[in-house]
Amino acid sequence: MTEKKKLSLICFSGDFDKSVAAFTLATGAAAVNYDVNMFFTFWGLNIVKSGRRRSLVGRGPLARAFNFLAGGSGNLPMSRLNFMGASPGLMSRMMRKRNVATLEQLVQAAKDLRVGLYACEMSMNILGMKQPDFIPEIKDVIGVPTFLKLSEGGETLFI
Amino acid sequence: MSTIKRTLDITQEHCPMTFVKARLELEKLAAGDQLEVFLSEGEPLQSVPRSAAEQGYKVLEVTQVEGSRYRVLFEK
Repeated sequence: MTEKKKLSLICFSGDFDKSVAAFTLATGAAAVNYDVNMFFTFWGLNIVKSGRRRSLVGRGPLARAFNFLAGGSGNLPMSRLNFMGASPGLMSRMMRKRNVATLEQLVQAAKDLRVGLYACEMSMNILGMKQPDFIPEIKDVIGVPTFLKLSEGGETLFI
Repeated sequence: MSTIKRTLDITQEHCPMTFVKARLELEKLAAGDQLEVFLSEGEPLQSVPRSAAEQGYKVLEVTQVEGSRYRVLFEK
């Protein structure tokens, strides 16, 4: 058996297409025996919120307004040609038609392959959120030093 | 003698699910169990057996079924 390689992804963007790219890389790498870590920060946190749709989570009125407007994994916008939010649904339909994994299926595959999912402590604090506001597969809430430790010796991508 | 315990067809899958499904199915094998995987030539045929071998599985056979369709037999 060869030594395991490592891939770490910083998921900053909460865009639908960039999230598909991040989870495609993560699951593809995990499937061919990489250790994979995903660190969700700022808009990237929207991908791993426990609520898929808009909800008033967070502490304080401003945080709740931000979280409501940003929504969850079911509201992620396309980085281009978003067409007022219609594109992600249309793209998902095309993906299903062509038998390409949807974002939802990729997130499930990441869970099945035990990809390490981590939330950014600082971003969560700004948005007044706590770990129970996220999917249970979030292993931990971490800061920069822990992420650097996790990603040490491997490749790191910022998406 | 080992017997084939499982079969997986990933000829209709695309990246990354070709690799994801193969990996998850291989993980279900107990020592001595075999898995036959039907896959397409190109990236799946190159990468699935290679990464399985890297993870310690034996690649017992690679046979062309027809056209671009191949059968690979793995054993844990």
